[in-house]
Amino acid sequence: MTTTEDRPAVTAQKSRGARFTGWAGNYLDERTSISGLTKEVGRKIFPDHWSFMLGEVALYSFIVILLSGTFLTFFFQASMVEVVYQGSYVPLKGIEMSAAMASTLDLSFDIRGGLLMRQVHHWAALLFVASIGLHMLRIYFTGAYRKPREINWLIGFVLFILAMAEGFTGYSLPDDLLSGNGLRIIDGMVKGIPVIGTWISYLLFGGEFPGTDIVGRLYVLHILILPAILVAAIGVHMLLLIINKHTQFAGPGRTNDNVVGVPIMPVFAAKAGGFFFIIFGVIMLIASLFQINPVWTYGPYDPSPVSAGTQPDWYIGFADGALRLMPPGLELEIFGATLSLNIMIPLLILPIFLALVAFYPFIEAWITGDKREHHIADRPRNAPTRTAIGAAGVTFYAVLWAAASSDLLATHFRLSIEGVIHSCQVLLIIGPIIAYFVTKRICLGLQKKDREIALHGFESGRIVRLPGGEYIEVHEQLDEYERWKLVSFEEYQPLTVLPDAQGRISLNQRVRSAASNWFFEDRISPVTSKQIESSRDDH
Amino acid sequence: MANDHDGTPDSSIVGTTVEKYGNNPPPAGTAVVASDRIQNPGFEPYRPRVADLDPAVEKAQERRVSALFFVSIIGSVMAVAVYIAFPIVPGDMGSVRLNNLLLGISIALGLLAVGVGAVHWSKALMDGHDMVEQRHGTRGTDATRAKAVEVFTLGNKESGFGRRTLIRNTLIGALVVSPVPAIALFRDLAPSEDPVPLLKHTLWAKGVRLTRDPSGTPIKASEVTLGSAFHVIPEGLEESEHPLEEKAKAAVLVMRLKPADLNVSAGREDWNYEGIIAYSKICTHVGCPVALYEKQTHHLLCPCHQSQFDITQEAAVIFGPAKRPLPQLPISVDAEGYLVARSDFTEPVGPSFWERKL
Repeated sequence: MTTTEDRPAVTAQKSRGARFTGWAGNYLDERTSISGLTKEVGRKIFPDHWSFMLGEVALYSFIVILLSGTFLTFFFQASMVEVVYQGSYVPLKGIEMSAAMASTLDLSFDIRGGLLMRQVHHWAALLFVASIGLHMLRIYFTGAYRKPREINWLIGFVLFILAMAEGFTGYSLPDDLLSGNGLRIIDGMVKGIPVIGTWISYLLFGGEFPGTDIVGRLYVLHILILPAILVAAIGVHMLLLIINKHTQFAGPGRTNDNVVGVPIMPVFAAKAGGFFFIIFGVIMLIASLFQINPVWTYGPYDPSPVSAGTQPDWYIGFADGALRLMPPGLELEIFGATLSLNIMIPLLILPIFLALVAFYPFIEAWITGDKREHHIADRPRNAPTRTAIGAAGVTFYAVLWAAASSDLLATHFRLSIEGVIHSCQVLLIIGPIIAYFVTKRICLGLQKKDREIALHGFESGRIVRLPGGEYIEVHEQLDEYERWKLVSFEEYQPLTVLPDAQGRISLNQRVRSAASNWFFEDRISPVTSKQIESSRDDH
Repeated sequence: MANDHDGTPDSSIVGTTVEKYGNNPPPAGTAVVASDRIQNPGFEPYRPRVADLDPAVEKAQERRVSALFFVSIIGSVMAVAVYIAFPIVPGDMGSVRLNNLLLGISIALGLLAVGVGAVHWSKALMDGHDMVEQRHGTRGTDATRAKAVEVFTLGNKESGFGRRTLIRNTLIGALVVSPVPAIALFRDLAPSEDPVPLLKHTLWAKGVRLTRDPSGTPIKASEVTLGSAFHVIPEGLEESEHPLEEKAKAAVLVMRLKPADLNVSAGREDWNYEGIIAYSKICTHVGCPVALYEKQTHHLLCPCHQSQFDITQEAAVIFGPAKRPLPQLPISVDAEGYLVARSDFTEPVGPSFWERKL
């Protein structure tokens, strides 16, 4: 520790602030041993990169959700008792609605700052899910889920699912027309589950749909159980982050064995603390300027009316899109029982897709057989197959998501609804394939470009005429720091399987070899020092 | 822990690719470990910031940071002032909007200024050197691991967990069975009666009048002109025990087509009245109200998942994920000329469920 060397030595006469800090520190330490914790984590190093802030955005928006949500609970009544609305929103005056809807209106129109807090809560929730999604993509495309962080990837995945569950349960609470239709769709999907579906729906709604229980039940999930699990999982997520230390991008001086960046005290604390206030402030600004979920224009839930262009919140869109893209006629009768494949298939495809996301780190680790720890985040181009698979997954998700707005796509772009659906059905299959090949080629192309620059330098723009009359452009070499960023990446080779002592090759090894060839057949090797030397000799 | 550096490569860190593991470094799998890899060049020299070199700039930055913190205080105080000065006037939407806007902007100012100030402070004035911390393998040291193994061994030995298999197995059994009562407890989430008969019946019965949704006034056959569509509920819905649940099953759409346009199947000849037809409004896919009627094509469109039903073909599905036609409500007129149901629906309405046909 040499950072304080140039600071003046502690003066004999301590200031009042220093005396107070000393006293408070001593008081706490003698009762909690907190000096040990401070010593361990106080100067931990955090590497810096803009993409590392995405997870921070998620964390801070969650805090905003907790704060604004607590405010809302002081006014919201999670009850479906029928009341006649007598509040100050004139168009709905005298209309029968549930206490949940009426208290949402009162909260919006009769409590100062109530509408603001509702909008803060909703916008923060949208930002929460969005930032988790982007954070996951960052982790995926840089390979930051590799050993020793596979478990933290899984915990993060659970957080993503919980965030969506929180979003859906919260969206359903006001008991307005739109959220009621969302619940109706959930009811229809649950009823489509073979054998037990009818009963699950019956138990969930406390009788026939819509019943008078569902809002109260979702409320308990929304403000008690789900947040409790979320907070616990976030705690473990953070703890593992500290134990594993953050990944860093390759750079001069950075190795797999060190962390280069800023210490928690003071720089990171100031940056992260300040960033929390910036996130809070931005959400507050959005909430004061942009309306979100105006339940009063939808009215209370009624099973009969529905408006065209109804949309779920964006993060549920992929599930709704999957329902919309089912080909017609997928419903069977087997021995008199009704089997709704048009619901079963989306109900199976989505968990399979999500399971692939959750277990991808383990699949890749099995293919590479690499048991070393990895603390250097890859540039996406340097793992072409992984990046291509990611692009295919994103495309699959995006098509499902776009399909959830098939009606709006049709009306906005003056297309036929059938055309939009059919296009999405085709795109859902071939879109990921195209995305896979295009991405892989782009990655390999970028790697080749990197290699070229590392070996031969970059075009300087300086044209020189040689004595013989020939014109050449002078290439300038990179300095060693710039070059290091282009050449320091891991390379894997395809696995060649050899028969064991009995002359057999196990199925496991065959599959692994095939997967390994698929992953690493097309590859660009990092430039070696010998190649650099020989390329110098050429010039 | 953290070491400062100012660009001089530290030979102990730079270029080390060897894993620091005890006796057995973990296998690298199919990774290529080339011997002639380019060596890590070490840290770039530190580039001092303007504030590092010029005390005047440093002073200016300091003033800037505290100015931002001061602005934050103004924003927070302003929020309280706005709260008092711009109350909500009951019935005046403009006052709600103004309260929301000004309160939000003031609070946002209070938050953003303190946030930007803190970040600016850290970037412009705090020590700008990158610092280095060494990583250590995540796994515990061999000694620690040996100790952990010993803990389990002792625990096993002293309890006899592994040896006394009868105790162990019955314990596992007891733990597995213990949550079963919790599952049973959830049975009463719903009433005791079987849901299936409920799903198969609606409020419609012989002689029940078709009334407008939501006013509940009965509809005369003569009022249903060609091309018109009525949103319909059964008479007496509001007085029923569970109006919303009943409405979720009994909502009906009534339209009138030219009798010649209708393709009526055998057995349904008397289900329409002079071209007036009634179909369940609840989609057979997942239960949204099929509320969009296209007069020209006689198609019904479900706005949720775009299933389309052709009214001239007894509401057969012509597009979308739904499979079954919308159930038809047999109707007729009573002595006063009002539309009435001839019976309940002859099949369950709404989304499919396992026991639908059982």
